[in-house]
Amino acid sequence: MDLPPFQALLDAEGRDVHRFLVATVGRGDAEDCYQETWLAALRAYPRLRDASNLRAWILTVAHRKAIDHVRARSRRATPVADVPEAPVPPTLPDGVPEIWTHVRALPAKQRTAIALRTVADLAYADIARVMGTSEEAARRNVHEALKRLRTEYDR
Amino acid sequence: MTDAIERALREAAHSLPADPPPDLDTEAAAAASLIDVAYARHDTPVGTLVLAATARGLVRVSYADDEGAVAATLAQLARGVSPRVLAAPRRLDEARRELDEYFAGARRRFELRVDWRLTHGFGRRILRSTARIPYGSVSTYAQVAAEAGSPRGFRAAGNALGSNPLPIIVPCHRVLRAGGALGGYTGGTGRKLALLTIEGFEA
Repeated sequence: MDLPPFQALLDAEGRDVHRFLVATVGRGDAEDCYQETWLAALRAYPRLRDASNLRAWILTVAHRKAIDHVRARSRRATPVADVPEAPVPPTLPDGVPEIWTHVRALPAKQRTAIALRTVADLAYADIARVMGTSEEAARRNVHEALKRLRTEYDR
Repeated sequence: MTDAIERALREAAHSLPADPPPDLDTEAAAAASLIDVAYARHDTPVGTLVLAATARGLVRVSYADDEGAVAATLAQLARGVSPRVLAAPRRLDEARRELDEYFAGARRRFELRVDWRLTHGFGRRILRSTARIPYGSVSTYAQVAAEAGSPRGFRAAGNALGSNPLPIIVPCHRVLRAGGALGGYTGGTGRKLALLTIEGFEA
């Protein structure tokens, strides 16, 4: 199987991977997650068996790095035991559309699903693949996110 | 279920970080031995080159006449060496310096290490014997074939030189037709003549 040169993947997906991370972990932490994502991807790349959906693959790596990051941060920040999916406090700087402050306050699964849907423009099948859920659960996460945003944003 | 809120999100997504993504920390990647093929573009008097190196040495030089040619070279490296191909210009500093010196007329011999892995069999022998042709002099297809142990293999020699993965460094431009006709060149005969002229050879 012929994998494309890694640089081609980086050129094609770097921008969306970065935007996905800004949406899920915030601009301040996105840079670290971005470097970790691509280094982990580079490490695993030669062993990759399936080159048919590299976009979903790299976003899966990014998603895992974002989860690790949020976990590490909540361990550091709070004495409360095990809060793996604590929402990151909304700290978006000026210039980022206000709607993202609401996205950042969503529960982690909804936040990730809606970011994959709107930032990376993934189909539900690929959101499911990235998050390791069923397609039905992916739909539900997006749906729940939109429902919650509708009530908060319209307030 | 596209509604106002989803549209707003998509619009917001497009303006999310206006800035381009950060550069990959290739120094960290190189330190962890995660770059199998590092490459750089390098401008020279005969056009832009793509230079690529492995841990063993310089593995590929190609004329980058357009983005398609660059992509083809990178795809060849991904197939022939490893898919871990990354732009990491600092890893090519030595090659770039030696090439600059060569084009300035200040270097007659390349000293950088070469990785021969994109060459094989008879072709490799042809290229190795070509690498011994001194600066400023020329040889013929028949002569390099004879040097490689196959006096009648001048046609095969022409093919091997035509697919030289390391032009300029392995000076296939110094191989002419018997009788002094210029013969072909990977980068076009204009470049062949330009390289010979730099070396002070008069056709």
